[in-house]
Amino acid sequence: MSQSLSWNRKDLIDVEFLSREEIETIFTAATAFKKAMEADDNKQPYLDGRTVVNLFLEPSTRTRLAFEVAASRLSADTITVTGAASSLTKGETLRDTAQNMAALKADMIIMRHSASGAPHYLSEVVDIPVINAGDGSHAHPTQALLDAFTLLEKFGSLDGKEITILGDILFSRVARSNIICLQKLGAKVTVAGPSTLVPKGFEAMGATVCHDLKKALENADAVMLLRIQHERQTSTHFPSIGEYTSMFGLNKARAKWLKPGAIIMHPGPINRGVEIDSELADSEQSVILQQVTNGIVVRMAVLHLCYCHHKGIPIELPT
Amino acid sequence: MSHILWITNGRVIDPANGRDAVGDVFAVDGKLVGSLTDQQQADATKVDAQGLVVAPGLVDIHVHFRYPGQTHKEDISSGTRAAAAGGFTSVVCMPNTSPVCDNAGTIQRIIDKVSRDAVINVYPTGCLTLGMKGESLAPTGQLKAAGVVAMTDDGACVQSNEIMRRAVEYAKMFDLPIMDHCQDESLTEGAVMNEGEWSLRLGLRGWPKAAEDIIVARNVILSEITGAHIHMQHVSSAASVDILRRAKDRGVPVSGEASPHHIEFTDAKLANYDTGFKMNPPLRSDVDREALIEGLCDGTLDCIATDHAPHTATEKDCEFDYAPFGIIGLENSLASTLGTLYHSKRLTLSEVIALMTHKGAEICKLDAGTLSTGATADICIFDPDEAWTVDAEQFFSKSRNCPWHGATVKGKVKATYVAGKQVFDGSTITA
Repeated sequence: MSQSLSWNRKDLIDVEFLSREEIETIFTAATAFKKAMEADDNKQPYLDGRTVVNLFLEPSTRTRLAFEVAASRLSADTITVTGAASSLTKGETLRDTAQNMAALKADMIIMRHSASGAPHYLSEVVDIPVINAGDGSHAHPTQALLDAFTLLEKFGSLDGKEITILGDILFSRVARSNIICLQKLGAKVTVAGPSTLVPKGFEAMGATVCHDLKKALENADAVMLLRIQHERQTSTHFPSIGEYTSMFGLNKARAKWLKPGAIIMHPGPINRGVEIDSELADSEQSVILQQVTNGIVVRMAVLHLCYCHHKGIPIELPT
Repeated sequence: MSHILWITNGRVIDPANGRDAVGDVFAVDGKLVGSLTDQQQADATKVDAQGLVVAPGLVDIHVHFRYPGQTHKEDISSGTRAAAAGGFTSVVCMPNTSPVCDNAGTIQRIIDKVSRDAVINVYPTGCLTLGMKGESLAPTGQLKAAGVVAMTDDGACVQSNEIMRRAVEYAKMFDLPIMDHCQDESLTEGAVMNEGEWSLRLGLRGWPKAAEDIIVARNVILSEITGAHIHMQHVSSAASVDILRRAKDRGVPVSGEASPHHIEFTDAKLANYDTGFKMNPPLRSDVDREALIEGLCDGTLDCIATDHAPHTATEKDCEFDYAPFGIIGLENSLASTLGTLYHSKRLTLSEVIALMTHKGAEICKLDAGTLSTGATADICIFDPDEAWTVDAEQFFSKSRNCPWHGATVKGKVKATYVAGKQVFDGSTITA
């Protein structure tokens, strides 16, 4: 494996800013971490003595845990601050919260925030690396990266592959980051779901917009399901959850429309029986839990690369 | 001893009177006169305006001076100084203060403050509804007696068609225009920017143009059935311009204003989540921008108004979703508008000055905006071609939330006169 990786960013705010080469650099590092993990080599020394703050101002289980595990497997000390426990509830601004964390000698901040653009703002406020763990409906770069990493493990290459993202696209940061990331890697992306949640405007981002589930599934090499985000909707976007499931829920019968070998993905949290049948979520076709595991190594790669660049130290990988 | 002002050698542009020629402007004791006697000439303060434009003092019918109640953002002193530095001599203040201007006492309080602190003319407006809640009518007659020049719930569009219908019908009795911030709130819940490609990309909640268009259309219908003058504030959407154009063709007594930022910028400015470009209504698409300029060119839109909306740097220094709406523009409004409309060769200098002087004044029936003999000697002298860099840190305004900060613009105010007295000399307030 090449040890001469090049990486020139201290922050990861959005996949939009990444070139295909940069994405592949992350995957090279992630692959090395995955091999080490599979060889039961679970602790890497690269962030030893460093403090990584998980600033999670919006609820999260998977992403927060995956970042905690990733940081701790890089030997960092991790501190997690959640919205309810932070001084933001006392009226402190994000600027002050972040600057205090920097003053407390945090070495990196990983942030989840309900407001789109918040990590962009944070990266201008502090000098230490900022990693976006999801901002509003805008971006979730590490999720898109781990999704692409999982697809690459399955298919080898994404050039010409057709990926359908199904569900609540309008409010989904996962969808936006995947639309961008998958196309950078050569895939074709279709976004599907009800017209109110999948507006035509997504065509401007290069995606095909489709409201016919059968059409959206029959050419797909992979289908990525998204949860209906009750917390972001104004409740006027479709008649009911029942209607959604009846029109767009993925069940066994509809899964037959998929090509043989097509895989089913979901970033979680899953609403079983709503966007996906329980059986299907647990089936052979599903790579949902592989996504979660890959979330560790992709995030290890991101933390490691950004920190090395920030400190100007050479990038080493486990051998 | 009379106070006599003689501005000579300037290019005098007075659109209301069709004047555009090098000549003199005379004022005696605050009023414009056609000529001076030999003795008056000898006694006059003589100002050489060679190479400069001498125009009526600018008029802005849409500003927020935040008094009373929000004077950490702006007050009558700082707001009028900012206006004077921008060449403005008359402004109309919006009533969304704290308390709101839904009672004669608050209007009297503003008028008292203006008489003490203002360096230009300030005209208050009254709320259309009590508490700006859109539920019941404010005491329009008492507000008019207290001195308001228009009725508006700016920033909180009246949602009930019944209340709006009665409000305009009632205000018509007092010959007061109604100014409306056109926004159907059911379509804009949580919205922070224009709905379109950029809102999709940025993951920000979109404010669809339809929310403005629906209310503009409603107002046209209500104006037509009541005969009341309804003025559409800061029109931002191409379809709204079209609705207004058709209404005016039918003779419906509606009018509209455009803001310097809506005719210059688009929502692409939000690509970096810069809260300095967050305002309501939001920056729209290039199609809308072009339609607004067309509307100004063909008279569908009557005037330019800044919607000068000061907020402190602290208030704007946060996540985009949480930042308040609004930007300031008084100190660069002339230059920015000249850039978009005159230097771009869309309109003549005289036409742009008309949009920034008598046309707005006519909407609110102000004694302002002309150089007519007998009128109050409110004058703006400027160099339309002088380039300068906008530096919000140097503004007279208390706030710095100016999206033109750092931009190089063309058109520099050299002096401002209110009632024949200099209040701004091109760099400092002299009042």
